Amino acid sequence: MNIVICLKQVPGTADVKIDPQTNNLIRQGIKNTINPFDTYALEEGVRIRERHGGKVIVISMGPPQAETMLREAISLGADEAILLSDSAFAGADTWATAYTLATAIKKLGQYYVVICGRQTLDGDTGQVGPELAEMLAVPSITYVSKIEEISDVQIRARRMIDEGHEVIQAPLPAVITVTKEINVPRLPSLRGIAKSKSAVIPVWNLQELGGDPDKVGLSGSFTRVIKVFYPQRNRQARIFQGDLENQVGCLVDELKSAGLV
Amino acid sequence: MGIQIDLNKCIGCGECVPACPFGLLEIVDDKVQLKEGCTFCGSCEDTCAYEAILIESIPETGLVSDSHRGVWVFVEQRGGRLKSVAYELLVKGRELANSLQTELSAVCFGHSIDEVNLIAHGADKVYLVDSPEFDNNPEDVYTRLLADLIRQYKPEIVLAGATSLGRSFIPRVAAVLGTGLTADCTGLEIDIEKRLLLQTRPTFGGNIMATIICQAGRPQMSTVRPRVFKRGVPDKIRQGQTIKLDFNKECVTSRTKLLSFIEDITETVKLDAADIIVSGGRGLGKPENFELIKELAGVLGAALGSSRPPVDEGWIPYCHQVGQTGKTVCPKLYIACGISGSVQHLAGMQTSDIIVAINDDPNAPIFQVATYGIVGDLFKVVPMLVEKFKKE
Repeated sequence: MNIVICLKQVPGTADVKIDPQTNNLIRQGIKNTINPFDTYALEEGVRIRERHGGKVIVISMGPPQAETMLREAISLGADEAILLSDSAFAGADTWATAYTLATAIKKLGQYYVVICGRQTLDGDTGQVGPELAEMLAVPSITYVSKIEEISDVQIRARRMIDEGHEVIQAPLPAVITVTKEINVPRLPSLRGIAKSKSAVIPVWNLQELGGDPDKVGLSGSFTRVIKVFYPQRNRQARIFQGDLENQVGCLVDELKSAGLV
Repeated sequence: MGIQIDLNKCIGCGECVPACPFGLLEIVDDKVQLKEGCTFCGSCEDTCAYEAILIESIPETGLVSDSHRGVWVFVEQRGGRLKSVAYELLVKGRELANSLQTELSAVCFGHSIDEVNLIAHGADKVYLVDSPEFDNNPEDVYTRLLADLIRQYKPEIVLAGATSLGRSFIPRVAAVLGTGLTADCTGLEIDIEKRLLLQTRPTFGGNIMATIICQAGRPQMSTVRPRVFKRGVPDKIRQGQTIKLDFNKECVTSRTKLLSFIEDITETVKLDAADIIVSGGRGLGKPENFELIKELAGVLGAALGSSRPPVDEGWIPYCHQVGQTGKTVCPKLYIACGISGSVQHLAGMQTSDIIVAINDDPNAPIFQVATYGIVGDLFKVVPMLVEKFKKE
């Protein structure tokens, strides 16, 4: 049975700095990478396969250059990779993205678990996983921090919620989204690297995917970004002067007069 | 809708390149080139003096909203206790409903809920589904119930808190209904003429703000970051109507089953509900030094936060982590001690009302978002603060 992992290529923002003059992101030298949360999803999928067998298939919707990310996923243990790429997919919001992924997963045939990262580093919505579950008409468990037990037909998982932890049981197939607490992703193996170089990665365009053209990309998106702007960071920090005792005194006075303490 | 670049008009001046918030424009061979990922935001269009960039405007549909009226707030509870974000949303929802000259409804799934209280906080109507089974928020059931109610009553806007519950089941409702959803909004306004909800949210870890509309689908749905909007004062004489709806257990069964719930007890004061948060970072040097931060938090009745490095080092549990991969907080006062202020940390706390930074590096980025700063050794500053506050 297939274990499907959804990956997204994102700008690797780990080293992003803000230009102090302009407050802009300094983007020079930033490479694209696997969305960090997705690396935990991939690792968990590989671990499930190691225990239970099956095949780990990674899929990604993105531009042609996302292929390098899929090769990296193979070096990290994925068996197969499919790239969903078509100019018709561009401009997709979370609904259209989930639709595209769901259509691909259905086309892949039988699967028992779909694993996504809890959110992406760029969009930050965390919506695609749960939306995908609904479009596949299977249960969803978000924020999974541990898979306690998994069989062909059932999963028992621990998830993190605002108030604490829950242990949830669900029948399979299901979609789960994982947090970084779930595992420590491995490094690529030599065998994996060799495999990733020779792997053939099919690219499915809209026609091959067989989806409804009105439901993908911009035309399938309900939402539109109408404006983007930089957040106001014009707080001029008041840096206290004088000796520490004096500085601390000033701070306490300010907080007191603001009624905060 | 789309972007067109007329290369005959483009002279390769490069004026547009820095305007793209996503860094998608570059000059290749004296002509502008656009990389994949354009959201057609239009930032570049105005910078081009040669009219080489054209954003095709959004087609006017205007049809979708006619059958949908009213603003809904999904009121989240746990164990019968209403979440603070529900009250915050009632204030904002009231404002939106007034702009649209329509009703504000609260929809609540819970047991023994004080619905009069929701009316006092601004709701005209309360749709209440009462069942003891709702104490633990079964998402599978909620998805069906909310989608069914929306289909039946057709609100034009649905707001819910961007809590772990909201962010898990609201996307499923949007998927079922086939409508747009904007995650984790921090700003909501109305375009009165078009009856559109303008939803503003941080993206790219809080470095870019995006305003999003739901053009084609109804309702327009948003999850909203807790503590961004202020809760109001209840008006006990406000009148409203409660509609109690039956919960037919047979019709909606949960495929998922909750086996156990372990409450976080390490936190004495919850981060997401705290008025004051005191956080420690890498500058603490070792786990024992968190005691210092705890002491300050204790004196102020504050919640204890952390940047990512101490969590990664195992000095403090993950539930204290503030930042992009931890919790997003918005307290009245945030005191950052020994935190340099990585982009990821700032993403989780920069909307706090007042930020105090204590760091020995005057160039630390945390000072860029701070209201007040003390450049100095936290091991001296924090004990002084503790002493001062103890005396107060």
